[in-house]
Amino acid sequence: MAKSDVKKFFVYTVFLGILILPMVGFPTATFHAARAFGVWGVFVGILAIALMVKTLRGTSGYVKFASTVSSLSGGGSSKIKSFNRKYSFSVLALAVMIFPLLANNYMIDVGITCLIYVVLGLGLNIVVGLAGLLDLGYIAFYAVGAYTYSLLNLHFGLSFWACLPIGVGLGAVLGCIIGYPTLKMRGDYLAIVTMGFGEIIRLVLNNWDKLTHGPNGLLGMQKPMLYYPSFGDGGLTWAVFKLKSLPVLYYLIFIIAVLTIIAVNRLDKSRIGRAWVAIREDEVAAELSGVPTTWLKLLAYAMGAAFASVGGAFFAAKLSYTNPNFFIFMESCIVLCIVVLGGVGSIPGIILAGVVLIAVPEVFRELQAYRMLAFGLAMAIMMVLRPEGLIPASRRKRELHAEKPGPAGE
Amino acid sequence: MDTQSFLVQQLINAIFLGSIYALIALGYTMVYGIIELINFAHGELFTSGAFIGIIVLVLLQKFGFVESHFILTMILAFGLAMAYVAVLGVAIEHVAYKPLRNASRLAAILSALGMSIFLSNGMMLSQGVSDRAYPQLLSIRGVTIFDARITYGQIFIIILSIALMVALYAFVKGTKLGKAMRATAQNRTMARMCGIDIDKTIRLTFIIGPALGAAAGVMVGLYYGSVRFDMGFIYMIKAFAAAILGGIGSIPGAMLGGMIIGGVEVLWSAFLPSEWKDVTTFIVLILVLYLKPSGILGEDVAETRV
Repeated sequence: MAKSDVKKFFVYTVFLGILILPMVGFPTATFHAARAFGVWGVFVGILAIALMVKTLRGTSGYVKFASTVSSLSGGGSSKIKSFNRKYSFSVLALAVMIFPLLANNYMIDVGITCLIYVVLGLGLNIVVGLAGLLDLGYIAFYAVGAYTYSLLNLHFGLSFWACLPIGVGLGAVLGCIIGYPTLKMRGDYLAIVTMGFGEIIRLVLNNWDKLTHGPNGLLGMQKPMLYYPSFGDGGLTWAVFKLKSLPVLYYLIFIIAVLTIIAVNRLDKSRIGRAWVAIREDEVAAELSGVPTTWLKLLAYAMGAAFASVGGAFFAAKLSYTNPNFFIFMESCIVLCIVVLGGVGSIPGIILAGVVLIAVPEVFRELQAYRMLAFGLAMAIMMVLRPEGLIPASRRKRELHAEKPGPAGE
Repeated sequence: MDTQSFLVQQLINAIFLGSIYALIALGYTMVYGIIELINFAHGELFTSGAFIGIIVLVLLQKFGFVESHFILTMILAFGLAMAYVAVLGVAIEHVAYKPLRNASRLAAILSALGMSIFLSNGMMLSQGVSDRAYPQLLSIRGVTIFDARITYGQIFIIILSIALMVALYAFVKGTKLGKAMRATAQNRTMARMCGIDIDKTIRLTFIIGPALGAAAGVMVGLYYGSVRFDMGFIYMIKAFAAAILGGIGSIPGAMLGGMIIGGVEVLWSAFLPSEWKDVTTFIVLILVLYLKPSGILGEDVAETRV
């Protein structure tokens, strides 16, 4: 690090520290000095680290460090990778399977939440990661799934399994409805319009008192049930097994997550997946090469929405309760964070990020309040320093670390 | 109240609300015009302006300064809020946007969104989740025009926001720096070839835009009497709708768009169920983007930018 860099770094840190000082709050009845200054300390600390990394970038030490890190996190170790892959997957799957036997109810509950977010992240990955359409209203489809199940179950007594395809269908249709007017848009405009759609759905759920009970939410949905044949005195009858206990619900969402992973993985490698990537890279070129961009973009929305809808139906069934405040914009941001931090387009990355982002704040309860703060900053820093995410998708990594950065814009 | 005075009253409300939206929309439209990025953090900059305003006003009120020097108080509150938020805007630009100027657009948007989440949660943690009451300084006395009441506070805010907009317009059209800004917005490479310091121009944009947003924040706080850490979100959506409606990148367009969005919202609340008023903004936004993405006064850039 050159001497001028050190000086610059200190100047910036002091500058930003002073800058953020007024945000520590102001003496009123509800002011907690310790907490406010704690926030300020975190602010300044994180900014200092960010600036330090930024200043250090480009120096020879950093380059060496970065290459070590990236070779550790995949890429370089391809020999060991192919050997280890099979075993690590089975070990991981086994660990996830036996987890409920060892954990207490609270931990299982956190596990369920993690898996729901993994499903959501993988669904959003289709839209953002593969097709390159930035969707900020994704949580709306989650809400659609939750409310479809709640309403159908409360009013018509339909079971979870009957509601699931209906919810998926509704979610997909809604995805197309939202997708259609935005077909011509890219990047920023798309982001803001999907954000608007997400808010519209939330406002509808919040304001349509007669149907949704507004902010009070819906209560008393049945848990999912399993039917199995039993041979009693009256011959063959169907017995009902309620999936009520947390471990059983955990296995249900685990199965859903595994199916999602398989589906998204197959989609990624399929013709459709390649076409999506082509659209993401250059829509005009894709169109000229005969890719039906309109249909494929709508399909991406519909598929993403369908997965979110499944997650939502499960969420409502698990809690037996739902209200519009579960589906605020911040939730969309969390799901987006999972996709971005994990690595856009990378399935193992998203699984890892989903588990880390949901479980870590639960483990450190006192840090819970700082969670979104850290997410937001991590997102910005990630984009600057390591845009490919924790576990990058191999294709994307090559794009982002080409010899020369491409010209501006998409 | 008869129909005529009712309409006049609503018109006054619409101008008031519209000018606030226009001030915020200017920040979007200027930043978008120059670096083609939606500054997602702008809503949070607006909120932090409101919070700086509250801090300054409460402090001054404690010393009994407000009663004796009302005008000076206002200058201090607006000035400090604008100055602080301008510096914050430049800092954000430096940390989160500048390194990504040549990266993919998705990366830049995500970085902006990250900054927005960061600031909004920082404010939540430091200022609390509940509403913070603003000092009641604006007089509730007013004058009556056509049987409609307009308070001195509203007059003050409308005049101030119009003055700020006129000053901005004069600056962009009349000065050399403004010319540099326009040139950079038109063609960055060409502007650099002509000897314009691009970094400096972009920094200038991030000074002016957030400062206007901060002024709007103090106005909202003074008028509605309370601020909240997450109020920036809904203002951001509305101001963004205004910027798009007027034609993004166009400064008069943002002013016009703000007035229209404000008018639509006020009229909707006047005649139709007001809990749905936020939905109308989104619908206007989506319709404009679908039917005429270049906006009312925007140049025809639909093909390249949308």
